[in-house]
Parts: sequence; C-alpha cells; structure tokens
Amino acid sequence: MAKRFLRWEWLLVALIVVMSVVNTRLSPFFLEPTNLLRASSDFMEIGIMMLPMVFIIITGNIDLSVASTLGLSASLLGYLHNAGWNIWLAAAMALLAGALCGLLNGALIARLGLPSLVVTLGTFSFYRGLAYALLGDQAARGYPEAFTLIGQGRLPGTRVPYALLLFIVLAVIFTLVLRGTRFGRYLYAIGNNEAASRYSGVPVRRIKLMIYTLSGLMSALAGMVLAARFGSTRPDIGSGLELTVITITVLGGVSIAGGVGTMVGASLSLLLIGITRFGMGLMNLQGQVQGIAIGALLILSILLPQVGGWLAKRHVWGRATLLPVGAALLVAVAFGWFFFWSRGLMLAAQ
Amino acid sequence: MLTEKKLAPARSMSLAQLASRFRELGIAAFILVLAALVSLRAPAFLSVDNFRDILLNISILVIVALGQMMVIITRGIDLSVSSMIGLTAMMVSSMLVLFPWLPMPAAILLGLALGATLGAFNGLIIAVGNVPPIIATLGTMSIYRGMVFFYSQGSWVNASDMPEGFRRLAKASPFGVPNLILFAVAVLLLVAFFLRLTRAGRDIYAVGSNPDAARFAGIRAQRVIFTVYVLSGLLAGLAGVLWASRFEAAQTNTAFGFELQTVAAPVVGGVNIFGGSGGVIGVVLGAFLLGVIENSLTLVKISPFWQLAAQGLLILLAVVFDAAVLRRMQKRGS
Amino acid sequence: MSDAAPVIEARGLSKAFGGVHALRDVRLAARAGEVLALLGENGAGKSTLIKIITGVYQPDAGEILLDGRPARFTDTRAALDQGVAAIYQEPSLFPDLDVAENIFVGRQPIRAGRVDWRTMYEEAGALLRRLGVRLDPRIKARELSVAQMQMVEIARAISVNARVLIMDEPTSSLTQGEVEELFVIVRQLRDSGAAIIFISHRLEELFALADRVTVLRDGAYVDTRPLAGVTTEDLIRLMVGRDLAELFPKQHVAAGELALEVEGLGLPGRFSDVSFELRRGEIVGMAGLVGAGRTEVAEALFGVMPAASGHIRIDGHEVTVSGPEQAMALGIGYVPEDRKQHGLVLAMSIAQNITLPTLRRFARMGWLSGAAERRSAAEDATRLEVKMSSLDQPASQLSGGNQQKVVLAKWLSTNPQVLILDEPTRGIDVGTKAAVHQLMSQLAAEGIAILMISSELPEILGMSDRILVMREGQISGRFSRAEATQERLMAAATGTG
Repeated sequence: MAKRFLRWEWLLVALIVVMSVVNTRLSPFFLEPTNLLRASSDFMEIGIMMLPMVFIIITGNIDLSVASTLGLSASLLGYLHNAGWNIWLAAAMALLAGALCGLLNGALIARLGLPSLVVTLGTFSFYRGLAYALLGDQAARGYPEAFTLIGQGRLPGTRVPYALLLFIVLAVIFTLVLRGTRFGRYLYAIGNNEAASRYSGVPVRRIKLMIYTLSGLMSALAGMVLAARFGSTRPDIGSGLELTVITITVLGGVSIAGGVGTMVGASLSLLLIGITRFGMGLMNLQGQVQGIAIGALLILSILLPQVGGWLAKRHVWGRATLLPVGAALLVAVAFGWFFFWSRGLMLAAQ
Repeated sequence: MLTEKKLAPARSMSLAQLASRFRELGIAAFILVLAALVSLRAPAFLSVDNFRDILLNISILVIVALGQMMVIITRGIDLSVSSMIGLTAMMVSSMLVLFPWLPMPAAILLGLALGATLGAFNGLIIAVGNVPPIIATLGTMSIYRGMVFFYSQGSWVNASDMPEGFRRLAKASPFGVPNLILFAVAVLLLVAFFLRLTRAGRDIYAVGSNPDAARFAGIRAQRVIFTVYVLSGLLAGLAGVLWASRFEAAQTNTAFGFELQTVAAPVVGGVNIFGGSGGVIGVVLGAFLLGVIENSLTLVKISPFWQLAAQGLLILLAVVFDAAVLRRMQKRGS
Repeated sequence: MSDAAPVIEARGLSKAFGGVHALRDVRLAARAGEVLALLGENGAGKSTLIKIITGVYQPDAGEILLDGRPARFTDTRAALDQGVAAIYQEPSLFPDLDVAENIFVGRQPIRAGRVDWRTMYEEAGALLRRLGVRLDPRIKARELSVAQMQMVEIARAISVNARVLIMDEPTSSLTQGEVEELFVIVRQLRDSGAAIIFISHRLEELFALADRVTVLRDGAYVDTRPLAGVTTEDLIRLMVGRDLAELFPKQHVAAGELALEVEGLGLPGRFSDVSFELRRGEIVGMAGLVGAGRTEVAEALFGVMPAASGHIRIDGHEVTVSGPEQAMALGIGYVPEDRKQHGLVLAMSIAQNITLPTLRRFARMGWLSGAAERRSAAEDATRLEVKMSSLDQPASQLSGGNQQKVVLAKWLSTNPQVLILDEPTRGIDVGTKAAVHQLMSQLAAEGIAILMISSELPEILGMSDRILVMREGQISGRFSRAEATQERLMAAATGTG
C-alpha cells in the first residue's frame, strides 16, 4: 500500500514538472519567484480547507459544506464590521461560528449516524443561506489595513505572502498529526473499517466530531484570509470552492472510499492544480472552461490506476466487452462531431 | 409452538410501509399547515393562479428529481444534472436559432438524445469504470458546465433569437393546462409505471436494496446502474429544452446550483439516501413543499435570501426525521 | 441408486483470493435424482466451491460440466438460465422488497408486458404454504426474523424449478419441525429428477436426507462415499483429519472466584432476562441456533450495543458498559464473530492491527513511539505463532487461521480478565483450530474467565466446563460438562425438548 502511493506521489511530481515546462513555454516569466509567489496567494484558502478535508476523506466521509462555512463566517465578519465591531473581535466570532458550523455537521453525522453526504449537502445550502440572510445583496467593505494584510501582505523584507506562510505552518502541523500520532492512526483505521475500529475501542464518534469541527474552523480561517485578500465580503464569497477542494484532495491520492492517502500527496496535488490553472490562465482560458480539465483530471485519477487491472482480466477482449465499447466510442464520436459542428455554425452566425 | 413467533399478523401494511405513508402524510400535513398560516397573512396564496404558479415553478424540478430519485435508489447520486440541463438548453436553443423551421418534437427529441448521451458517459464512468458516483458526477458537473462555456464562448441565446414556436412550447396551454405541467405529469406517470410494473424498474430497487444479493439473484447490477444514469440524463435533457423555452433564454449559467434542489426533493420526500426505497409520490410532495416554501416566502415578504437557508434546513430536518423513525423501528425489533 | 452420468460435475477447480488458496484441485459430481451432501469444516472451501458452480466466482483453474458438456457461467444469471440455482450461506434477501418479490426477484411474472403483482402474491402464498410457513407475502423482508428469512430464501430456490439445486446451510436457524417440512420438499424435488447438493453442519440431517457425501478439508478434496454404511465417527475423521482428543485439549482447571456476573440483562427485540456467571479459569460455552441472540448478548457485554436493562458485575462491582473503550478498561476482551468486518482492519498491517486497542500505551502527548509499538506487536505475534513475512504485511494477505491469531493477539495484548470468544474457530484450518483450543485452555489455566459462543456442538462439548443454550433471546438450558450431549443441547436450542 505504501509503495503504491509512493508511486502516485511521484506521478504527481512528474505531472508538475511537465506542466511547469509547458507553462515556461507559454510564458518565459512563469518561473520567476515573484510571479510564482504572487500566483500562490490565489490558492491558500483552498489549501487551508484542503488540510482537514484530507482527514475527513481518509475516514471515508465528506464535507460539502466547507465553502458555505467559509461564506457564512466571512459574511458574519462583514456583518459585525458593518455593525461597528472591532475587526479582531469580529474575526474571533467568525472563527467561532465556523467551528460551530463544523460541530453541527459532526454532531449530526457522529451522534445521529446520518450520512455525511446528505448532512453536508443540507448544511451546504443552510450555511450559505445564512450568509445571504446576514448580508443580503450588499457587500461589506472597508476593513482596516491591519486585517487585509493577512491576505495581501508579505513577510517584511521578502516576497513571501503571509497567507503562504500560514498555509505552510498549518500543513506541517497537519502532516505531523496524520503521520505520527494516535489520532492520525485512528483516522486511517476508521476509514478502512469503521466497525472494526469501534470494536477495538477507537472513539469513533469523538474523532468524527473533532474532524468536522476542525474543518469548520479551518474553513472560517480560509474565509478570513479570502475576505482579507478581497478587502470586502459578499455573501457568495468562495462559492463553488468545495468542488476544487475535494478534487484536489482526491487527485492527491486520498481515496474517497476511505483509509488511504497522505498529506504530501494532497499538497502536491494542490501545487499541480495551481500550476495547471495558472497555465490555462496564460492561455486565456476562462475559469469555467478550465473546469473541463479539472473535472477530467478528477475522474481520470480514479480511472487510470484501474486500467492495468482491466487489461489483466482474461475475458476483457471478448465480444461481451468489445460490443459496448464500440457502441460507446461511436456515440462519443457522433456527439463530438455534433458538438463541434453546431458550435462552428453558431460562432459563424454571430 | 414453533409457529408461535412465525405468525406474522396478516397486516395489510407493514411497519416500513406505514412509516413511508406516515412520511408522505406528514409532508402533506406540513404543507397544509404552512398553506393555512401563509394564507392568513397573504390571502392571495389560496388563489387558483397562485396554485398554478407553484405547479409551473416545480414542474421542471419534478422531472429532474424523478431521474435523481432513480439514481438515489441505487445508492448513487447525480450532481451533474444541472450542467446537463445547461448544456442541452444551450445546444438545443442554438440549433433552433440556426434552423428555426425545426418542428418542436424534433427539438424535444434532440434534447432527450443529448441528455441521454451525457448521462451515458456518467453511467459508463460509474458502472464500468467503478468511479464512485459522487466523484464521477462532481467531475462531469464541471466538465459539462465547462462545455457550455466552450460551446457558446460565453454568449447567450436570447428570447429575440428564438423562434416563436419554441418560446410557446412550455407555456402554451392548448389543453387548458400549461404544457409544462403536462410534461411533468406525463413523466411522472411513465416513471411510476416503469418502477412499479416492469422488471427493469424492479431491478433498480433490488440493486439498491442489496447489491450482493442482486448478484446472487442473477440481476446484472452494472447494467441497472448504467441505465439509471442514462435515464437521469434523459430527463435532464428534456428539462433543458423546457427550461430554455420557459425562461426564453439559454445562458452559460442556466440551472447553476439546481442539482441541490433535485437531491432535496427526493430526500425530503422520503427516498432513502442509503438506497433501496422511495417512490414518485414522495418526490412530488417533496418538490411541492419546496415550491410552496419558495412561494410563501415571497408572498409574506420574507427576504428571498432566506430561501436557500430554509431549503437546507428542510433537508436536515428530513434526514433527522428519517433517522429517528428508523431508530424507532429498529428498537421495536424484527 | 443409479450410476447415471452426473448432471453437474466440477473437475480440478482451484481458486485463490489474494494469494490465499481457498480451493485446490477440487472435484464433485451430482446425479439426477440424488441428494449429494457436501461436508467439511468451516473454511474447508464449501461455499467457495458452490459459488464457482453458480457463476458468482470464476475459477482460476478447472472446469464445470453440465450434462457432460463444459459450461462457463460468467454470472449467476447464466447459471440460473441453465437451471442451476442456489441458496447461499450469506443472507441474500432485499430488505426493502416484500416477501413475494424476494422470492421472484428478476423473474417476476409478466402479463401484458407488465409485472403481474396479483399472480406473484398468489404464487408466493402457495409456495410458502407448501413449506408450511404462514407468512404474509406483502410484508417487507426487513421485518422478518432470521428463521423467516431463511424460509423465504428456500422458497426462492424452490420456485426456480432448478435441475441442480444447491443449498448452503439452509437449516442453520430453523427448528426441528421446520427442518422436517423442508426435507419433505427436498425429497419431492429429488424424486422429480433434480440433483441436489446439500450442505449442513448437522450430521444427523445428512444421514436423514443424503444419498452420497463428498468431503472437503482445508480447500482440498478428500473423498466421496455413499452414506449407507458410513458412521458419524467416519465422517468426522474424514472432515477433521485427526483425532478429536487432539483437537479439544481441554485441561481441567478448578474454577476460581467470580469474575463476571450478569443478571436480568435485556435489550428489547434482541434478548431478555439473561443471567449467568463466569468464574476465573472457567470456559463457559454458549450454544444456540443462528439468530438466537448470543452475539447480541456478547455485544451488550462489550458495549457495542449496550443492554437496556439488567445488571453487570465485574469482580463483584456493579458496572455499566456504555462502549467498547470502557469495556476494555474494565478488563473485558471480545473476539467478534465476523473477523473481516469487526475483528480486523484488513488493509492495515499486522502490527497496526495488534496495537490498535492499546495505542494509548505507545503515545506520549499523542505522539506515537514506533519502536515501542513494534516491539510490543512483535512479542504478541510471536506468542501466538502468527505465520507472516513481516509485521508490516497487511492483515488481508494472511490465511483465515492466521488472521484469527492476529485478532487473538490483539485482544490478549489488552490483558483481559474476561474474554468473550464469538465463533473463535469459524473458517480456519484444522491445525490452527487445535492451536486456538490449546490457547484457550492455557488462558483458562492462567485464570482468565472465558465465554465461548460456538455453533459447532463438538467444539462446545469438547471445550466447555459449563454450557448455556440460548433460544429466541433467552437462556433455554444450562448444562454441566458431564450432563451435556449433542441431543440435549439441540433440544434446548430448538425448543423441542
């Protein structure tokens, strides 16, 4: 197992190298440290949310509500700021609110035994709804400079953004916890076999409660960083980021089925997606079109490792498989032709 | 003596059925109470026009949620429905802009074919590729949405570009009731028939209820799973055509975020997220409840911003309720 | 008995799962109009064999012949289409479907292109009446008792009108009367020309029903014989391959002071009014049919599903057990029935499995000391003589017997004073089985109190100082070692005393 994922991490490294080469071709300035460091700040919120997501997915669960928790806590910050609160007090309240959001998720999942997918799908819209309820359709702005420094500032004398530093410190802590502690071992045990873990005296419920609370807290922290970077908060802040966070985690070799994955893999995956997006930005591709590549990467990261297994099966080349595969290819080609043909006509008509 | 315990009383309804009936009655009662409260403050709520509005508003949701229900029964989830709606809406309206002479049945068929194709890709990735449904459809959700942008290069199809016949497709009421509602009713009846009265429909429940046992019983689970994603895509395709017609536009963000509601309606309506059970009546009631809440919030002038929060809260209440009922049933023992 | 050509024949079948051989060069042949008994201990490969015959698994080597022609069943549907049906050992009902549909699943009667529910209910009702079961076909399978579920599975297998019908432990939770009714029907099917392969642990059932017997041991073929003229002792010797005395090395240990007292323990719907005591050095056997509530009592004692009423006293002190963590702290250990689901985290290494309940010992401020952990795990693994390539080998790669040793090592490392063993030798080879029994005896001599749940009567009789029998959630019999016989235990277990 360890060996297999070592290989997975090397694959990620190789992909990172390839993408870097491609990007250097696209823009000679790509490899300049200033450039890279500036680009990195777009990813720190995602990275911060990714850390507890790795814990959660390793236990075989999921948290779809991270971006909504981010939105709620950032909106609470904006709301309190508008109400005249001290920014740091407001931020503390926002962090507390995030932790409470996570605690609610955890309580519903661990205490009532509800499926994490449905619970966090519910809180995904509940928390985001509360964010809208707080701020309506207006934005909160005018945060003091001391606060926006968190998202925009750099370490004095260097070009290293504070946000990057924050992420690195957190990433190191999370990595150590996952690799070296009892808590980390329990996460893997729960993800591989929750029942057997319970029978072995692992405090399964308490651990689930902890990781969801942690996820809420980290999402709120990401919300602070994002609000500080934008210098303002709108209720839809960060919406859709849960998809990116989950994609990066799964692409990093953390199995959605639970029990498998490392923090190193997930961090490499964060880097890979960051570089890929940066490259597509250089190619002037819109964010949503970039989604095609990200979505495809996500699916391929699970499909590709299986290909070897399929080919090894004896009956894979029988009529029973060739027929449907042929049909699928035919449909794919027909669809592709229609898609590009009609698109061409449409663009020409404009 | 040995039959003492075996004598299952000849109840006409079992405990589980009772629970699901109770659930449906519960939602119906909840809707009535809500309606009563709202009509006190806003008498317009009880008008025929308002009722028709609610039905119009939930028709597309019902169509897509029925597909989602079939997926959920097999223990899956299809998060890509919203993107499939967006993509078919865009492609079909583009076709109608280019070829305004296309008859409406052809437009609908095209929508169905496109949706089924997109659904088939999902089905293939999940059933053959063994990719967990949530990952597969999370991925295709962003792929299909990206394709909408790529296809249109960010531009919209506006009402003025659409042929008159297409704009009337959803809204005209040649039979006294808007077509859109008729479409929803027709899909509802077809899905009900399919699930209750065909072997293929029954296989869906079997696979969701116990996948291993389904294999022992000779049911080809892979095919069943493939089929439900194709059906989900097919219905999303139909919904895409109707969406473009109803709102007289196809935009790059058409139906963005709609997948949440299509999951909420079945879950609120008692379709078990662990698979194996659920029915069309529950889905309709669930969708209706969502529709009534949206409508009431507007009527009693509560900020529409609470809409999203209310919807999320409703999902949470529904699953908590389910867990409580299930626990009660298990406690009584079998 | 005719010497007609067999309807179904298996030749040279081999199958391995992840490097562990489940079957090696096994053969079997059943003729039309006969009942062939398939005999072997748990883990001998019976279930794997029938799953290959019905297309659930594909063999690594060997072939299946149907009417003398090679047949390849790629899935169970293909086998069903050829008239080969089976009742599997695993419960294979659909909890959300009703009884009638569970019987006809995949083969619902169709009229005018539609599933004909009325006919289905009528036929299901008729079938159940034929089996002597009064059960509403409209009830959901979720609500059935274990025995009722088994009857529905039997009804399903019979409704196929198969030419080859395989029944894997169809009677494990049935009472004597129900077994009789089943046998009448099996004989009818046999007389109408079906070939029936019957698996059961109750030897007397085989003598009553079967014409010939094929014996497997540790995944290999042993012999096939006509049952006429064979004695129980012969069968056991074929099955076990060694002497019983060697297999059940029970030493006599004088019972010490009370370790565990259970009084009036109850959990609605599972068990009620369960009272017994356990002394140091004692092995108490707990017998009963599958579904009688034995595992539920064990899980209540270990806190997995705590009891709703009653008292538990340990060393004379009243305790409430609310979870496994707490049970462990009280000195209770539990080796669960289902090794793969509850006993082990299969993907994790042997060392990590052994130390999972005791990780606290190796952690300082939560930080694990790898060296101390490995040292401790190595000690435990050596003590149990686990055969492994390294401590880092995933538990999934071990054979059933070695896996069970890891589970035992894991629980012994917690230094339990009360050890509950649930089916401790299920699915493991004979050699390991003897070793496990040896270990139990040794632990009892060290003063540990042992509660052993087992469905194998020879094991219960061979290892216990005292025996409790459970039936339908209550203790229905208490026997001393001297009083107990197979017949008495069965009578108490099925309520036909």
